[in-house]
Amino acid sequence: MELDKIQLELLKQVADLEGVPKGAYNLRIDGKAFGRRDSEHIHIVPKTDGKSGIDIYIDENTVNESVHIPVILDQTGFSDLVYNDFHVGRNADVVIVAGCGIDNCGNGKSEHSGIHAFYLEDGARVKYIEKHYGQGDGNGENVMNPTTIVRLGKGAYMQMETAQIGGIDSTERVTTASVGESASLVIHEKIMTHGRQHAVTNFEVDLHGDGSTAHVVSRSVAKENSSQQFNSQVVGNARCNGRTECDAIIMDKATVSAIPRIVAANPEAALMHEAAIGRIAGEQLVKLMTLGLTEKEAENEIINGFLK
Amino acid sequence: MLEIKNLSYSAGGTPILKGINLTVNERFVAITGPNGSGKSTLAKLIAGILTPDEGEILFDGQDITKMSITDRARAGITFAFQQPVRFKGITVTDLLSLASCKKLSAAAACAYLSEVGMCAKDYVNREVNASLSGGELKRIEIAMALARSTRLTVFDEPEAGIDLWSFNSLIKVFESMYEKNHGSIIIISHQERILNIADKIVLLKDGTIADIGTKDEIMPLITGTGISAAPCRVVGTC
Repeated sequence: MELDKIQLELLKQVADLEGVPKGAYNLRIDGKAFGRRDSEHIHIVPKTDGKSGIDIYIDENTVNESVHIPVILDQTGFSDLVYNDFHVGRNADVVIVAGCGIDNCGNGKSEHSGIHAFYLEDGARVKYIEKHYGQGDGNGENVMNPTTIVRLGKGAYMQMETAQIGGIDSTERVTTASVGESASLVIHEKIMTHGRQHAVTNFEVDLHGDGSTAHVVSRSVAKENSSQQFNSQVVGNARCNGRTECDAIIMDKATVSAIPRIVAANPEAALMHEAAIGRIAGEQLVKLMTLGLTEKEAENEIINGFLK
Repeated sequence: MLEIKNLSYSAGGTPILKGINLTVNERFVAITGPNGSGKSTLAKLIAGILTPDEGEILFDGQDITKMSITDRARAGITFAFQQPVRFKGITVTDLLSLASCKKLSAAAACAYLSEVGMCAKDYVNREVNASLSGGELKRIEIAMALARSTRLTVFDEPEAGIDLWSFNSLIKVFESMYEKNHGSIIIISHQERILNIADKIVLLKDGTIADIGTKDEIMPLITGTGISAAPCRVVGTC
């Protein structure tokens, strides 16, 4: 079976792929496995406990490999719930690309809820990239509610880059992380909403190992009548360093609420939070206009740069 | 090239510029005067950032008084800000590319940065954000004017914050810009060394042109009055 034009476009949007990727992958379309491949060091096993989803086992010391697990929904009114668990062996260093693209050309609600858990053993390193995108000319809602669970062993490192790049009417993202001794977590979230879209993100990071660090950064743009809510909590239970930042641009009649929270439960915890919400600065628009851009072009450049 | 006729501007009922008449055809025209005399306001009126209450601005014979900032930029007017703007996420190369209207390679961006005395490879991918110092931003602003390469360039106090570079280098940038464009460069400045290279100096006071002439005619009027400053007074190394 081959991917059709819409499926290929969604794949390009969410995983930057022109077709089936190299290396290990699992491609899920409308709730079913469309294709799957293991590599020598990465093994993908369907769940047998009644849940829909897969376990991905990455051997210890696996380096310079990637695994792609994109999901595509192109049936209107389809609701998909999937559990994907990543077990990353000691000292492995890999890139994991997930993401979901919805094409909803009907009137039914299309919904994808991906629950991803990452278990990184000591010294493992993961770069995790996740993009969510929706399209379609119907009236049906595109809904995505991803949950990410992160457990970092001693000295592990995880960099998580998530982007909701358009077309998702409603989303509630939940990320919980537990960061062990000398482990580090870096999260960069990018969200853009327009129309009447609504996005909620919740981060809960527990720094429980000495020498652990976390840096949670959210950059978002809210246009038209859309609304966003950012909730982030970093708890320092050890000698640790944590920082949470939210930076949002609001336009038109959009609203953004940001609630960063830091909890120091150990006297040696060093924590910081920062939140800024505002319109595009007039002087930024003027500067770009003096370079020959129209106001609209200047606005697009500023937003694209901000979310780059 | 540029003709300003009877230009007036007020803010909140207070007159800032009163009936300015000025023609710019020379290589370098310096506008100087005490703080609050209306120098930056005049520059912003030329760039279209402010709209005059009265008067006309002609550029190459065309009335641009009602033109937008964008259209004036496209017509060939560049304005280098006194206080450069910061952008989150936009890199130095992005801005230089926008200024030159084409996607620049790292090598091309480096060439512009080298001209303003910056170690280019350290900057091409840097975001133009709060991590850059005022002096760095100022040089990037000047590099953007080089990349624009237009018939008329207006610099609003380009010397501010570039003490570690040097006035000689800044003057070389103006000269090289003229070699490329054969246009006019208007420089708002208090610095004697910059005023010294001007073909014409315009002295503004209280929103009017108090005097206009060559450096030999104007410099004796302002030296020692506090309007002009020797470079060492700013750099603080004398």
